[in-house]
Amino acid sequence: MAINLKVNGSSRSVPAEPDTPLLYVLRNDLQLNGAKFGCGLAQCGACTVMVDGKPVRSCVTQIGTLGGAEITTIEGLGTAQKPHPLQKAFIDEQAVQCGYCINGMIMSAKELLDRKARVSEADVRDALAGNLCRCGTHNRIVAAILRAAKEMGRT
Amino acid sequence: MNAPTLTRRGFNKGAGGIVLAFSLLPAEVLAQAAAARLPGSLNNNRLLDAWIRINADGTATVHTGKVELGQGILTALWQIAAEELDLPLSRVTITQVDTSRSPNEGFTFGSQSIENSGVALRLAGAEARAILIELAAKKLGADAAALKVADGVISAPDGKRVTYGELAAEANLKREASAKVRPKPASEHKIVGKSIPRLDIPAKVMGGAAYVQDLRLPGMLHGRVVRPPRYGAKLESVDEAAARRVPGVVAVVRDGSFLGVIAEREENAVKARAALIAGAKWSGGDTLPDPAKLYEHLRSRPAQTTVSSEKKATVLASAKVIEATYNKPYMSHASIGPSCAVAQFADGRYTVWSHGQGMFPLRVDLAKALKVPPPQIRCIHFEGSGCYGHNGADDAALDAALLARAAPGRPVRVQWMRDDEFAWSPYGCAMSMKVKGALDGGKIVHWDYELWSNTHSMRPANPAGNNLLASWHVADAQKHGSVTNVPIQFGGGSDRNAVPLYDFPSQRVVNHLVGEMPLRASALRTLGAYSNVWASECFMDELALAAGADPVAFRLAHMTDPRAKAVIEKVAAMANWKPGEKGSLSRGRGIAFSKYKNLACYVAVIADVEIDRASGKVRVREAWAATDAGLVINPDGLKNQIEGGIVQTASWTLLEEVRFDRNGIRTRDWSGYPILAMPDVPKVSVELINRPNERPLGSGEGSQGPAGAAIGNAVAHATGKRLRDLPLDAARVKAALG
Repeated sequence: MAINLKVNGSSRSVPAEPDTPLLYVLRNDLQLNGAKFGCGLAQCGACTVMVDGKPVRSCVTQIGTLGGAEITTIEGLGTAQKPHPLQKAFIDEQAVQCGYCINGMIMSAKELLDRKARVSEADVRDALAGNLCRCGTHNRIVAAILRAAKEMGRT
Repeated sequence: MNAPTLTRRGFNKGAGGIVLAFSLLPAEVLAQAAAARLPGSLNNNRLLDAWIRINADGTATVHTGKVELGQGILTALWQIAAEELDLPLSRVTITQVDTSRSPNEGFTFGSQSIENSGVALRLAGAEARAILIELAAKKLGADAAALKVADGVISAPDGKRVTYGELAAEANLKREASAKVRPKPASEHKIVGKSIPRLDIPAKVMGGAAYVQDLRLPGMLHGRVVRPPRYGAKLESVDEAAARRVPGVVAVVRDGSFLGVIAEREENAVKARAALIAGAKWSGGDTLPDPAKLYEHLRSRPAQTTVSSEKKATVLASAKVIEATYNKPYMSHASIGPSCAVAQFADGRYTVWSHGQGMFPLRVDLAKALKVPPPQIRCIHFEGSGCYGHNGADDAALDAALLARAAPGRPVRVQWMRDDEFAWSPYGCAMSMKVKGALDGGKIVHWDYELWSNTHSMRPANPAGNNLLASWHVADAQKHGSVTNVPIQFGGGSDRNAVPLYDFPSQRVVNHLVGEMPLRASALRTLGAYSNVWASECFMDELALAAGADPVAFRLAHMTDPRAKAVIEKVAAMANWKPGEKGSLSRGRGIAFSKYKNLACYVAVIADVEIDRASGKVRVREAWAATDAGLVINPDGLKNQIEGGIVQTASWTLLEEVRFDRNGIRTRDWSGYPILAMPDVPKVSVELINRPNERPLGSGEGSQGPAGAAIGNAVAHATGKRLRDLPLDAARVKAALG
């Protein structure tokens, strides 16, 4: 069967069952690489996307539950030519080692910056507590988010 | 193909370049007698065009046999090549490893890429530039010594000029490197030594295709595998029909106890895997040691015992002797993304895309398992999720190839599930270390160190067997390779950093390499060094305490290497170390040092910890590191590695231990293997001592040994109790506090 989803502002029809995890549809049907499979258990955060402005774990979110919700992935934030301040800050701070967790870090940070007018370092660390990083890039990630927050007038 | 590219320009842009067919010679030809030893990896890949080609459009294409693992190595090697060629970075492309075109540099491991591939590119680049200058001198009728090179343009004093592109057709790089052309001195470096932004980062923050997980080939199918519930279990029967009822299932593949499924859609492969698990009956299997007695078990097993170092001097009976036993559990790579590979089988040939650390060695074991000659397999590297050693990447490559055989012509992408990764990726070895020290007059007069460990090297291409997981499970099963230790002159394996760098008049270091391997183990970042530095540097503090000495002064008093002393003194200054400072639960402080492998970079670390009395939880508040890696290629990249190593090590040291019981592995997901999370990550400061006239030293793994021991020493300083078993988790610390 086909299900309609609203992804990054466009309406998309995908040939998948309602119990299909959103992650597989994003990656395989819509060819969006940003959200990653990490655990399939909502434990690591690598698959984080926004649904109606809230961060969700796409690996455990069934597409049949989404209705007409607005889904935003990291591809919806910016482009190489016009990056979102968060994406630009991650490049400026070289806040990546392997980078597999970075999608989740940026999406969780986006939600924090959307939600709070002023953010501190402690806010950033708390907001990202559920996003695992294995290379030990945490401090650079925090620095990048604070740089973006400053850029956006949120510090 | 929607394939990622790490290069600034397409690989084929230089068509018409001077190298038409790539010319790697077979090993037998290279092994001819009398060939002079060439530096770094030039020795085994001796033709200049194995490394560098100059294209007709004035660009250069650079090949390396080392792979990007998120450590930034391609960027550093790209800098080295551009520097020596006198080309801007924008006109140099560096390619990913592909067995059809790249030099064979074995594995990317042991912090050796700059030392081997970097040296080769430095010399090959300098020689290629000299060849171009020589041609230009003839063409311009000028003296070669009078020519100037800038951005790939060679100019004579009279203003006549010729470009690399114009010379490309005549320049012959299909010749053996002489390694006689001197590379630039550090004082002339314009690109090396600069923090050039990494090539791989933009795609990683934009949702670009950056990983093998992101490969999406036309007609690609999705595969999943089903592993035995315990080591050694045999598959008796399986309800294949239940799996086949899942829509879009293309094949269920069963070969002995190897079981997998391929489907048109990924979610259906996952469902079919669940159906296979539910309908599989297994028998037998191995019983694991009692985890409560793991270290006694390890020390009681038969072992190959070798003396790694021995130095004899008379020790007076009056010397004060103390001894202690340190232990380290099995640890997991715990990469955020499970292992993944894509394979295609067509016309009797395999193409395999893998995030393994060595495409050529992988091909050797794939060929054994698939029973085809190696040239019928092409392995192409694509980055995966963080790689810290020999994880499941190679195994996933064989899984994908075995499944692809059931769907000829169609690429099959296999991604392990989280439980596959935790239960089947090889672990870092459990180790036990007994240390004895004798003190006389406040100085160490004898050091006695024994360690027990499995081998840290069960990588592919061991001549005695096959080290790919599925090869042990198929009906015509193969045996794993022999147990070997990395020789000490190459940095050692289980005994890596077991020989102290301090000057003790008398010492004995003994390595017990235990053959029986109850849990699957292999190379995890630093091999034995993390454990050995943990035990040795914690014990140095025990001896300092017994001698009534300050830990920094005590280390310096036993050290003569000036570069070692410099990093210890530097980090003490950075952290404002005060001798005699009293520790408390709100602040304990510790120092540790190592020269990685006793061959590579020097790192000293100081850590500050605080301890919650109620729970026993240790928090590393802050850490400082001083590093000497000789000539620094990319300072920011080096700092990123040292910082990351410290944070990862804080996690290893405070939290990590693979859980198992007599029946098998219990760590199956992140709840069974917690790692350090964002709020608990320490602040880290790194300073580099740049020595531009010293050769570059490997550093990707340099901070881990000293970071672990510094934390251990800080916990002892805070609590007054010496904890010798890792990890220093809340339960263990609470028990010690009483």
